[in-house]
Amino acid sequence: MKDVIYFDNNATTRIAPEVLEEMLPYFCEKYGNASSMHTFGGSNKRAIEKARANVASLINADPQEVIFTSGGTESDSTAIYSSINSYPNKKHIITSAVEHPAVLEVFKKLASQGYKVDFIGVDTNGRFDMESFKKLIDDNTALVSVMWANSETGTIFPVKEIAKIAHARGALFHTDGVQALGKIITDVKETDVDLMSFSSHKINGPKGMGGLYIKTGTRFLPFMVGGHQERLRRAGTENVPSIVGFGKAALLAKEHLKDTGKIAALRDALEQGLTSSIENTKVNGDTQNRLPNTANISFGYIEGESILMMLDEYGICASSGSACTSGSLEPSHVLRAMQVPFQFAHGSIRFSLSRYNTIEEVNKVLEVMPKIVSRLRALSPFNPSTFSAVK
Amino acid sequence: MWEYTDKVMEHFKNPKNAGEIKDADATGQVGSLVCGDALKLTLKIDKETQIIKEAKFLTFGCASAIASSSVLTEMIIGKTLEEASKITNQDIASELGSLPEEKMHCSVMGMEALEAAIQSYKQGGKPVIYEQESSSKIVCKCFNVSEETIIKAIHTNKLTTVEDITHFTKAGGACGKCKAEIQQILNKVLACENPISAKKQFKDLTIVEKIKEVEKVLNEEVKPRLNLDGGSIELIDIQGNIISVRMLGMCGGCVNAKNTIKSFVEKVLKEKLDSSLEVRQA
Repeated sequence: MKDVIYFDNNATTRIAPEVLEEMLPYFCEKYGNASSMHTFGGSNKRAIEKARANVASLINADPQEVIFTSGGTESDSTAIYSSINSYPNKKHIITSAVEHPAVLEVFKKLASQGYKVDFIGVDTNGRFDMESFKKLIDDNTALVSVMWANSETGTIFPVKEIAKIAHARGALFHTDGVQALGKIITDVKETDVDLMSFSSHKINGPKGMGGLYIKTGTRFLPFMVGGHQERLRRAGTENVPSIVGFGKAALLAKEHLKDTGKIAALRDALEQGLTSSIENTKVNGDTQNRLPNTANISFGYIEGESILMMLDEYGICASSGSACTSGSLEPSHVLRAMQVPFQFAHGSIRFSLSRYNTIEEVNKVLEVMPKIVSRLRALSPFNPSTFSAVK
Repeated sequence: MWEYTDKVMEHFKNPKNAGEIKDADATGQVGSLVCGDALKLTLKIDKETQIIKEAKFLTFGCASAIASSSVLTEMIIGKTLEEASKITNQDIASELGSLPEEKMHCSVMGMEALEAAIQSYKQGGKPVIYEQESSSKIVCKCFNVSEETIIKAIHTNKLTTVEDITHFTKAGGACGKCKAEIQQILNKVLACENPISAKKQFKDLTIVEKIKEVEKVLNEEVKPRLNLDGGSIELIDIQGNIISVRMLGMCGGCVNAKNTIKSFVEKVLKEKLDSSLEVRQA
């Protein structure tokens, strides 16, 4: 396989070598079941608790407030169903229009089962519509679930303020923190969230591993039942190697939080380079308040999948909110909620960086991207002058 | 990641006949920025022989849209208008090896642009934007797809599900509100092509046909309704025209189960299959 330039870290990340090293003994040597009565298995319990302490420390939680799950999706489902089933008399739930499908689809399903569901919109910069949220929440609201940061644009939501308003109405507040974790400070005590989902593979840990923060005193009903693990809050034999890996990844992420300025500098170099060398581009998201690693740029009048396929020729990995990449026929729900015009929505490319990216890699993208865009624009029947005619 | 054939990738990377003929004899356009793909096809045609001498395209869209346009220009150059007009979207797709199901609408776009271009030539070269038959009703308002187009896609490509129709025509791919209507159109077309159930009376069907017919109605018409109340239904037996069913889930313990069977399940089965049917609780 040719050298890869990886700018798709909001999709997934490489496992850090230190993380892999930490995991390896737990496959063939220390493979015991942490619930066993023998030291061989039982001692793995200590490894799990050490990992839990590291994960808890990254979000400033107490270790007993964190359970391990199979990933962000399970954590989201767990949090949502636990919250509504803990308050069965309340039949109203609120989320945002730009959530990850792991939240959005659950809310849509609940709507079809009779819940009153409000999807709070965003403005053209992707910012949460706090005013309509304040108007729509009431005493019948069981749960408010709003992501900490948006995966596509990196826009950060005011979770502290949303949590406060939810609590004033007696509602639980859950946040999908999958994209925020390890990229910005996510302090659950300072923000006073009740539940927070997160995932290991977005912070250089293994896939199929995640966690859920449950604030002490929050009503909780398990999603997976049939075992005493995780203090009866998540049944199933612990995935020891992945838990250990996640713990190490969390430890590293905490250390590297102070370096996110470097990633932001690379991101800015990429974004400014592209928008200054290529005409008819548009940066999507709240540039004043977003994740340090994410740039979402639309290249007008051409289509995202074509751009990605051409980047792929150079070994450059990114992603797109274009309709064609998903098979859904419509551009990303996030960009649509932001009312990004169609001539830009179809050509949106997300570059998401990590601490492993270099300025050389950024320069490579800056070198090839203008060529790709002009090639595709030469094929396109649209340009700014024709646009009014074909609209 | 899409599974594109080498030929799709080759036409995407090195498209043939890209561009626009300035003094074209025919110009056909289809799609828009809103839809996410669009194609402008320009042709040079020999007035005497009616042979397409030159063809160029401009395409806004994904790799398969660009490849479909490129291969289309190769296919039509050297053909007479008469020959070219017979090219279907299936021909375009097979020329490329194949296209992913979800991308079949790219080949349909090629066919439509060609249709528009041929019309343009007949009208003296004035550019023609492909439009659905104006007499035909628009079914999918999001993508502006007409009943005519849907029926044509069903026939040409032997489609059997609403999902297929969405892949080929985009209809129902956005808000999804028209999916029920697409299903009805599909049912109508299939009933015409496959008129077994329409001709034979229920009592004349084989037992396997009976089971299939009843299951189909239960799955499509009855279960979705019961699911809303957290319940479901299963077929237990068929004796002559008497159908035995069992209510499941929330409906299983429901005091109204018998009522539901008579007033809802039996009514639907009678409507859809045969008015002589009787439904009983097993």
